[in-house]
Amino acid sequence: MAAQLKPGQGPLDYGSRLWLKILFGAIFFLLYTPIITLVAFSFNTDKRGIVWRGFTLDNYVKAWNNDALIEAMVNSLVIAFFATIIATVLGALAALMLWRFRFPFKAGYEGFMALPIVIPEICMGVALLLFFGWTGMTTAVISTPWPLNLGNIIIAHVSFCFPFVAVVVRSRLVGFNRQLEEASKDLGASEWQTFWQIIVPYMKPGLIAGSLLAFTLSLDDFVITFFTSGPETVTFPVKVYSLVRRGVSPEINAASTVLIVITVVATVLAMKLQAPEKSGKG
Amino acid sequence: MTEPIVSIRNVEKKFPGGVIAVDNVSIDIAQNEFFALLGPSGCGKTTLLRMISGLETPTSGQIMIGNEDMALTPPNKRPTNMVFQSYAVFPHMTVAQNVGYGLKVTGVESSEIKRRVAEALEMVKLSALAERKPDQMSGGQRQRVALARALIKRPKVLLLDEPLSALDAKLRDGMRLELTRLQETVGITFIIVTHDQDEALSMASRIAVMDKGAVQQIATPAELYEHPKSRFVADFIGKVNLIDAKVLSQKGKAITCEAKGLGRVEVSSDKQVGGGVAIAVRPEKLRITKTEPKSSVIRLQGTVRDVAYFGDTSHVLIEGKDGLDLSVNVQNETRSGGAGVERGQSVWVHWAPEDSIILTE
Repeated sequence: MAAQLKPGQGPLDYGSRLWLKILFGAIFFLLYTPIITLVAFSFNTDKRGIVWRGFTLDNYVKAWNNDALIEAMVNSLVIAFFATIIATVLGALAALMLWRFRFPFKAGYEGFMALPIVIPEICMGVALLLFFGWTGMTTAVISTPWPLNLGNIIIAHVSFCFPFVAVVVRSRLVGFNRQLEEASKDLGASEWQTFWQIIVPYMKPGLIAGSLLAFTLSLDDFVITFFTSGPETVTFPVKVYSLVRRGVSPEINAASTVLIVITVVATVLAMKLQAPEKSGKG
Repeated sequence: MTEPIVSIRNVEKKFPGGVIAVDNVSIDIAQNEFFALLGPSGCGKTTLLRMISGLETPTSGQIMIGNEDMALTPPNKRPTNMVFQSYAVFPHMTVAQNVGYGLKVTGVESSEIKRRVAEALEMVKLSALAERKPDQMSGGQRQRVALARALIKRPKVLLLDEPLSALDAKLRDGMRLELTRLQETVGITFIIVTHDQDEALSMASRIAVMDKGAVQQIATPAELYEHPKSRFVADFIGKVNLIDAKVLSQKGKAITCEAKGLGRVEVSSDKQVGGGVAIAVRPEKLRITKTEPKSSVIRLQGTVRDVAYFGDTSHVLIEGKDGLDLSVNVQNETRSGGAGVERGQSVWVHWAPEDSIILTE
């Protein structure tokens, strides 16, 4: 008779191996210690933020009352909002086109479209700076009243966000059963009705996941924004950078914690919605 | 035949790359018929069905539905509805929304939709599940949704693409009966595509057997089985013993020929035949005896090579002269008897000459 295996001793129960536990712990430590430190010190009473002196929420109040910081945060949110909407629409249309139609150089176009994902951000930043300068948009847009003066940054953010949306939506569409579309037409629906009633609902998880991805990317982008923002159009990451140069204050810790929370919530939502579904098989 | 509801005339479909999926097919289908397109996979039957629905366009030829040429009519304007092989039930809609979809998109009033949805769900016995989502349903239930969704549009023709292939065997038998019952109740022409001969034989009033894009024969199930026109049809519908033979002489209907393993035999055919033919005979028409039969039957002596037991019948394989193998189906009439023969036993096989079919093609 075969010896009974105790729980955790099976050939696939890797979780119980000691060396794996240690590796796992080390990875977690390296990844999350800096972030946990940042969050912890946002509750610190020490002004310089180096030694732990006691718990307080004052830093959050101070951050809330710091007009420059709040203005930057509002700018960031407005930019992220518009960039997300435009990037989602463009990305979804690009994904649809690549999924639906056959045209010359399609493979080339597909690769080309994903270029902003792999291209170094610094290059994108310089390229956009030159582009805005050369077309005269830098001066023209920045002199307009708020929020129009954010236009350049929004355009820049759209250009690096929309490929992410396109990739996510495209991969969702791969699982689409074309017979659903045919069934819709067979039942009397026009092309347009089929698109809105059948294809868009099917794309919805991809659209939401893609747009949340775009939102978080836009919200915390620094490099490209740094090259394309003017003196009046400072975003939160750029503002934090300029403040940190004069020393880290617990206020920044507090504001950064808020940003982390927003990003994490958005990412968790995106992952939930992107999880494979049973639907689509019909 | 009365005025056909669907008339397919010289339809051809060539796919890019030169593959001819449907090759010069002409079929007339009458009002209220249960018509089956039967053939092996890749014979063009599904393409033909999709051309009737408008999802594919013929390369040449004409398709008429209710005396109207459908050449320029898109699928959403045709008086046909389809039950897809994958059912294609919309995953994000409830059963009721799925069934009502075809009415909603054509602007039918919502009170009218509600009434007709209830009626359609009643018909397929799904009233209790109206608010369910498709992913909470079994394959059989999803298929009923697809049926109700198509029938609610009151089409002139209902098209069914391999409707039973995704169901398990028990469910398939039930659904087969239900489809025939449904067709009789609603009085709509059904056109079904299938590769399963049992399905076609048991449900359809007429069958078109297709092979390599062309129609081989159009006939009732019994006629197809008992009077196949070609070796392909005889072989595809049911089981058959095909014996190569050479015609020696013909006097009216009586033909004398020299058959492989049989020697000189007398058979009959309505057609004028000559040269090489095939004598086809169904396994259940053959009889096994231990002594030589007397009367004027076609007979041969052989050895039992294999006996396969199937419960209700046994399939006996008998090896005769000149490498002629015959399979014989024997009814297991008593509980103890079985086929009554054993492997290696020497027996006589015989059948009535009129049970032989002479095939020239």
